[in-house]
Amino acid sequence: MARRTVEYTVSRNPEAGMDFRPTQGLDAAVDLPEPDIGSEHMLINIGPQHPATHGVLRLVCELDGETVVKVAPDIGYLHTGFEKLGEYRTWNQIVTLTDRIDYLAPLIYNCAYVMAVEKLMGIEVTERCRVVRVILMELDRIFSHLLWLGTTAIDVGAFTPFLYAFQERERIYTLHESLTGARITTSATRIGGMMADLPEGWAEAVREFCNTFPNTLEEIHQLLTTNAIHLGRTQDVGVISAEDAVNCGFTGPNLRATGVEYDLRKDAPYYDYETYDFEVPVGQHGDCYDRYLVRMEEMSQSVRILHQALDRLPDGPIDVEDPRITLPTKTDCMNDMESMIHHFKLITDGIPAPAEDCYFAVEGSKGELGMYVVGDGGPKPVRWRIRPPSFVNLSVIAKLAEGHMLSDLIMINASLDIVLGEIDR
Amino acid sequence: MSDGATSSNPSVGALNARFGDAVQRTEITSAGQDVVFVNPARNTEVLGWLKDEADHRYDLLVDVTAVDYGGGRPIEVVYQLWSIPHKRALRVKCELPLDALRIESVVSLWQTADWLEREVFDLFGVTFTGHPDLRRILMPDDYEEGHPLRKDFPLRGRFSRAEQTRRALTQDPAHYYKPEDFDVGGAPAVPDQVEPTTGSEPA
Repeated sequence: MARRTVEYTVSRNPEAGMDFRPTQGLDAAVDLPEPDIGSEHMLINIGPQHPATHGVLRLVCELDGETVVKVAPDIGYLHTGFEKLGEYRTWNQIVTLTDRIDYLAPLIYNCAYVMAVEKLMGIEVTERCRVVRVILMELDRIFSHLLWLGTTAIDVGAFTPFLYAFQERERIYTLHESLTGARITTSATRIGGMMADLPEGWAEAVREFCNTFPNTLEEIHQLLTTNAIHLGRTQDVGVISAEDAVNCGFTGPNLRATGVEYDLRKDAPYYDYETYDFEVPVGQHGDCYDRYLVRMEEMSQSVRILHQALDRLPDGPIDVEDPRITLPTKTDCMNDMESMIHHFKLITDGIPAPAEDCYFAVEGSKGELGMYVVGDGGPKPVRWRIRPPSFVNLSVIAKLAEGHMLSDLIMINASLDIVLGEIDR
Repeated sequence: MSDGATSSNPSVGALNARFGDAVQRTEITSAGQDVVFVNPARNTEVLGWLKDEADHRYDLLVDVTAVDYGGGRPIEVVYQLWSIPHKRALRVKCELPLDALRIESVVSLWQTADWLEREVFDLFGVTFTGHPDLRRILMPDDYEEGHPLRKDFPLRGRFSRAEQTRRALTQDPAHYYKPEDFDVGGAPAVPDQVEPTTGSEPA
């Protein structure tokens, strides 16, 4: 596997005079007698409505002074029952549910879902559709990482990267809107193809984004990567070993920051990812800083993939030419009775899936995004299960945060890159 | 599905040879995915072997979930496994009859299973014996309508809309975590062992 260890110029070695951790030397300077105050543990409640929890998450913490002794996450505030709702909808109707699960990377969810269903039904999509979906997934990987970057920077007190990141996100929002008509709830995919082909000029707009976005990324690098406050807040905070990370089910950038090269785009390639030239960044220390570096590098690699995908974007149909799956065109429906009946039958009856199961996973922005679909021969699923990357990543927060300061807990929570819509589903 | 077809995954044959009757049957789906049905009474034995045996090493427990097919059929507990060193996937299923929804927890093998098994317990009502903290996770602790992902659970819940609203309004989220569950108010139990990491040696 192409591997790239993320590198940075700032040493972690205090002897080299590069240790920015702010508590150095403070203990010696202030030598006050210990006042006789009570030494009880304190229970504090963060959230569910708190900006630093990055969603509707409640963290109940037991503190000894400022040191976290215990963290108990309380989730479920956004529980929507997507999996249950899916059992009452036809396969195509579920697409609109998928982007509401992870509203930070809706297109990855749209694509992952239909890819799983197509695998279950044995449908091969067209070459153009494959490349378009790669473009959408890589675009939304950047989209999701930018939100993480901006909000995490705010958590450690840096406001400018937030503005820079959200300015770039706004450009991707515009691309979403011109492609699908919606900024967040894109619902862009259909079984066997896409809702519509790319609008005129869209590919060129993505190219323009790819050409200019690396400049902003470089500016954010300059603001954060060697920033003393950022280093002090992230280095050696929330460390997890590679072995523990695998045992706890970490996937995605969080796992790769510990040094494990596990990326589904390389290990179980789909949509010809093996033919794209890109590297998988891995970290060494498994701390918040390495998670930051891995995500920053992933954005650069996504831009590389986007350039290659745009270069090879073939012409031709975007939907499979199979009347059992694809709707007839609007013109045909308006002029031809058989097409009208056909359209009506496809919408009302849905597309049947075989009575078996299928698990399919893509490398989402937050980790392994799996879809487990079970059919019974009918047009609706028996079970539609989302393998939630953030849910599994968040379950480790207690282990990561215990023994750290309360302010480190905020950084650790931010560095995991969670989205509560997907955790609570 | 083709029963008894030769699998490209060597773990399937090895499981059959090693465990015999604990492996009830194997299947390959038409998408080419391997499914192994394991006797639920011996799930930890088989899964532990798959995790630790050097030739297989399914070190990543990707997912634990369940499927209810309805109509009185058994509920399947589904484990999705992935081996990072060998790049192989395997799906292990355990069928639990509706009158005995109990299976041993695999938290001792994979820490991942902690929340995933809680979710299956919450939404399907499967009890995982030996789980350290088996509580509801997505639904409220005092949810009394049952287990939502079961096929006999109506889409809009068992209670009327008015009753659901009344319960939601009188809910007291504070009691999900009682101060007594934490070491609060007593003498500090842990501070000497816990060192703040700021200022510690680099990892």
